[in-house]
Amino acid sequence: MSDTALTVPTTGSSWFTEKILMGATPREYARSLVTPFNLFAAVVLLAGAVAIIYRFIYGLGAVTNLSQVNAWGIWKGLNVITGVALGAGGYTLAAAVYILGLKEYRPVVRIGVLAGFLGYSFAVVGLLIDIGQPWRIPYPLVYSFGVTSVLFEVAWCMCLYLTVLILEFSPAVYEWLGWRGIRERTLHLSVGFVAFGVILSSMHQPSLGALFLMAPSKLHPLWYSQYLPTMFFVSSAVSGLTMVIAVSTLARWGMRDAFSPSLLARLPHLSLGLGRGAALLLFAYLFLKLQALIDGHHIDLLATGWGAWYLLEVIGFVAAPCLLMAYGSHHARLGLVRVAAFWALAGIILNRMNVSVIALNWNVADRYYPSTGEWLIAGALLMVAIVAFRWVCYRMPVLFDHPEFEAH
Amino acid sequence: MRLQRRTFLKLSVAGAASAAVAMPPPAAAQDVTDAERLGVLVDTTKCIGCRACEAACSEVNHLPEPAEAGDRAVLDTDRTPTTTAYTVVRHAGTNASGEDRFVKRQCMHCVEPACASACLVRALEKTAQGPVRYNADRCLGCRYCMVACPFGVPQFEYEKAVPYVKKCSFCIERQAQGLEPACTSICPTGALTFGNRNALIEEAKTRIYQNPDRYVHHIYGEHEVGGTSWMYITDVRFDQLGLPGGLGTAPAAGYAQDALSGVPVVMTVGPALLMGLYRFASRRDEVAGDRVAAEDHHV
Repeated sequence: MSDTALTVPTTGSSWFTEKILMGATPREYARSLVTPFNLFAAVVLLAGAVAIIYRFIYGLGAVTNLSQVNAWGIWKGLNVITGVALGAGGYTLAAAVYILGLKEYRPVVRIGVLAGFLGYSFAVVGLLIDIGQPWRIPYPLVYSFGVTSVLFEVAWCMCLYLTVLILEFSPAVYEWLGWRGIRERTLHLSVGFVAFGVILSSMHQPSLGALFLMAPSKLHPLWYSQYLPTMFFVSSAVSGLTMVIAVSTLARWGMRDAFSPSLLARLPHLSLGLGRGAALLLFAYLFLKLQALIDGHHIDLLATGWGAWYLLEVIGFVAAPCLLMAYGSHHARLGLVRVAAFWALAGIILNRMNVSVIALNWNVADRYYPSTGEWLIAGALLMVAIVAFRWVCYRMPVLFDHPEFEAH
Repeated sequence: MRLQRRTFLKLSVAGAASAAVAMPPPAAAQDVTDAERLGVLVDTTKCIGCRACEAACSEVNHLPEPAEAGDRAVLDTDRTPTTTAYTVVRHAGTNASGEDRFVKRQCMHCVEPACASACLVRALEKTAQGPVRYNADRCLGCRYCMVACPFGVPQFEYEKAVPYVKKCSFCIERQAQGLEPACTSICPTGALTFGNRNALIEEAKTRIYQNPDRYVHHIYGEHEVGGTSWMYITDVRFDQLGLPGGLGTAPAAGYAQDALSGVPVVMTVGPALLMGLYRFASRRDEVAGDRVAAEDHHV
């Protein structure tokens, strides 16, 4: 820590003041925290914390609307299945830059990796709250191996990939702390991590779709398809690219002061490029959806209420953002690309929720609607991710390059 | 940011090694031939709805006395097994001649159970002779078994702070001592017959053959989802019994195996493919760099 004090001359300030309080006195820092957003965040977090405590004392039944028929709710569907899809920015951007050599996107890799890490953390913490005995979470890794289970593969991949994400992001942490040696050694290995991360993602992203292949009698035929794993994988890549556009747009709007002017200036160009890639992938995804529909031999079901809901997803939230994205990126209309990115993400959330919650057990009388407690906890975990993103980006070089380190 | 080839190779080897570990071994259930497998035949035409099976089940499993014991009105409610009643009987309407029919429900103990194939810690396991065993000491409470089971059998203790999954064990401990399951041993009417699964199928076919006008010509569980240890014959429609239709004859476990079969391929081809792409991109940049350098030199 002493070398940090030497490299960053400050008037008698401690490491804590410098790194955590960003140079402010505790009193100034505390005062700076009192903002309308932070107060809202505090209320959300407090409500979620109360609900979590209640859940662990009185059991899942006291907080959730889960039942013997509807065994999986939004903590699985939204936190795990959707959270992992939204965390795909890490592998897509890292693969583009480090494997495919698209080096112009290097300035936004850390946005993707951080969003990925927070997405996966959102998933893992949600899972720990959702499962009956979370203290047994290491069992599939160290104690009892259910190798025939898709969930076993998902558990291993998520655990390894979360480690990879931490390693991929760690150079930013080392730059913040001023730890040169370990930063260099980590960067030296980063192509290896990236490759490993891409391999892991190409296994668990599709596997989250494969989880539902086990339930042919429960998932609505319009969504049940042997192509589920492929569709989950392709749409995860869409999600990765559009997440980076969406997150950088939100950050630009909400925390402009954390950006370096150079990234702010390059962001439009990079967003358009990501948009082109996303449009292409969305086309592939749309045609996969069409292929699955034809192969499923249930076109007659399109005339039902569920068919209308399916068409809303495919036309309203895949085809429409796809066309808008293609048009916007081709004509360099940044605003349209940004709208299309949020739209496509909404489509991916809708798809994951349809497969894992809404169209599951579609044919039983006992329909599941999430309870207030389930929403409170999911909302609080989302808020943790947002607050963590802001905290990190104001301190670590994500939206700016660290002045003392060359580009990573 | 240069790739250290040795690092990459190490990662590839690690990938291939874990792929070998991840290869699913043949399921334990395959070790037993069909001839040794045990089962139960439920002949709903013989069930009188006395609920003696429920009482016997509760007793051997140390569960609370069955709900409203002795009250036949409970039979008319839409009952399914719960965390404190592993088997329940309910009224299944009447047959063509107006006679009341009843149906007993419990775990079907599938020949290739979806729950066991879904469980990531082998808390649910198919044992050689038939029972699908629950190992409570391994269970995480993830409830994927409940999503996977086509019969809605595994029941979760939502009201408990330390919850487990509950279901009929096919009296695995009694079977180990050479005893019949409690329910089949107490059944006074012969509605439940415990025995060799193949022999029970023959018995069921014989009953249907000898009374072709009485029985529906189908043994539920002979082929459904790859076959179940508990099988039903009846003289009412199977949907009246609440047994799900349209399940097909393929075990659900197979669908997941198709998806998992991609894992070794990705693990072995993936590193080589990515390394190739990386080398291609690096070489492209080198060539571009050389060209820029050459042009600079000319100037």
